[in-house]
Amino acid sequence: MSAARHGAFGDMAFHTLTFVFALLVLVVLGGVILSLISGALPALEHFGFGFLVAEAWNPVTEKFGALAPIYGTLVTSAIAMLIGIPVAFGVALFITELCPNWLKRPLSTMIELLAAIPSIIYGIWGLFVLAPFVQEHIEPFLIGTLGAVPGIGMLFAGPPLGIGVLTAGFILAVMVLPFISSIMRDVFETVPAVLRESTYALGATTAEVVWQVVLPYARVGVFGGILLGLGRALGETMAVTFVIGNSHHIHVSILQPGTTISAALANEFTEAVGDLYLSSLIALGLILFVITFIVLALAKLLLIRLERQAGG
Amino acid sequence: MQLYARRRLTNWLVIGLSVLATGFGLLWLVLVLSTLLINGIGAIGPSLFTEMTPPPGSSGGLLNAIAGSLAMTAIATLVGTPTGILAGTFLAEYSRGSRFGEVVRFVNDILLSAPSIIIGLFVYEAMVVRMGHFSAWAGAMALAIITVPVVVRTTEDMLRLVPTALREAAAALGAPKWKVIVMVTYRAAAQGMMTGMLLAVARISGETAPLLFTALNNQFWSSDLNGPMANLPVVIFQFAMSPYADWQVLAWGGALLITATILVLNITARVLAAWSSFKQ
Repeated sequence: MSAARHGAFGDMAFHTLTFVFALLVLVVLGGVILSLISGALPALEHFGFGFLVAEAWNPVTEKFGALAPIYGTLVTSAIAMLIGIPVAFGVALFITELCPNWLKRPLSTMIELLAAIPSIIYGIWGLFVLAPFVQEHIEPFLIGTLGAVPGIGMLFAGPPLGIGVLTAGFILAVMVLPFISSIMRDVFETVPAVLRESTYALGATTAEVVWQVVLPYARVGVFGGILLGLGRALGETMAVTFVIGNSHHIHVSILQPGTTISAALANEFTEAVGDLYLSSLIALGLILFVITFIVLALAKLLLIRLERQAGG
Repeated sequence: MQLYARRRLTNWLVIGLSVLATGFGLLWLVLVLSTLLINGIGAIGPSLFTEMTPPPGSSGGLLNAIAGSLAMTAIATLVGTPTGILAGTFLAEYSRGSRFGEVVRFVNDILLSAPSIIIGLFVYEAMVVRMGHFSAWAGAMALAIITVPVVVRTTEDMLRLVPTALREAAAALGAPKWKVIVMVTYRAAAQGMMTGMLLAVARISGETAPLLFTALNNQFWSSDLNGPMANLPVVIFQFAMSPYADWQVLAWGGALLITATILVLNITARVLAAWSSFKQ
């Protein structure tokens, strides 16, 4: 009897212990939200809604607006998605549909190692290797060809600097590639083999099977994976900080320097003097948090829905 | 016949593009690693591990940064791993079907992908501002917060893989649930949980952004966890962005060191995971 009671006490203690630590996960999120809001409050009170739409960023006159970093964050992420999604799709397609079985594992591992390389390594590599290459070979080509096209030409105007929005977006594309492709691979593999085989039996080619059977079946998961990659791209810091040039002016041309929320934080936070400056930077962080939270929550909800579908 | 030709052509085009995309992905891995090796190998030598970070224009090493990184990573792992394992245990063993468990899982997954710079801001507000100065403790805390979601996730996944029959057998012998978890389930999932820990260590050893706001940097040797402390990622950032050639060489050396460590950790974790799934 006493042994049973002893066990019951141990059970309750252990249950409570694990519960408290699970609660801690929620407390961290709550802490993040509260501290960002309290830190951002002075700037938001001072500038009001104008903070979101003002481009000015002047520490001397203490005029701060978030438009340029928000714009830069969105544009670099858009470039990353534009390049990253098709490539990730190609990689996932190759791994699930084309490649021989013995190659699947090593190939997936190598692509996933791209995600293991830390952001700062991409940054230093981007600054010393990619940016000079882009400046000498890719940008002159873009200026010469697309730059002359009326309309979109202004996206490719200006001198080739190497450092700028395009290079940052390109590095982000490489960085989010493994995240998107590994989720695409996982959801492609949830497609029942019977569906695939019966389509092949009807005489369909690989391309047709992928386009007409695998993709429609897996579209929710694919979209979830894309959003997850987007969430990564939006908040990526060090790699972007190295190559974007840190300019608080909005240039139409993607060859020119810009800034993103995270790059502005990394560059200026420790040197920020004055409460309003610091608070404005924290307000930028709050905006980034809100954007990534929405994107990641959406991604997660889609993937949960997919799991239910597969389970039931 | 024309229809067949067109379909075949499309098919070859799609396959070709897919192969090209895979090659493109692998190309970056090769390019990044080879440039690291070429630029970093020259900096690797005894002085890298025995001398302090130098002022511009003179030679030196990265000893203080390596030591700082090791210290902060160790503290973060010591704090973050048990926290993550206990929370993950709750999710896998005590929360089946509960609303609370679902919320925690959801929030954990968000924290897993949340920008690390935001965690840095949080710790800055919560610790650096209150204490009035940057400190290694704050840096370690930021890293610990980044470890937790990784460990929670892998612990839960691994515990769920343990067959229910094993738990039932232990329970039938009269073991209380906590004993079943600690002495049976944990042991069965040990390798998988180890994998999670290694991946978490790999993840935080390259983290830079949160350390910028918390541990900052220190040009000198410091064993005071209550003050700013040098660490590899921030030193690499500072040295690489500088105009001094000596500093840039050291930055490449540090970059090679970090990447090699992370790749070894990752591959070990994968081998461990493959081995444990093979055993099952």
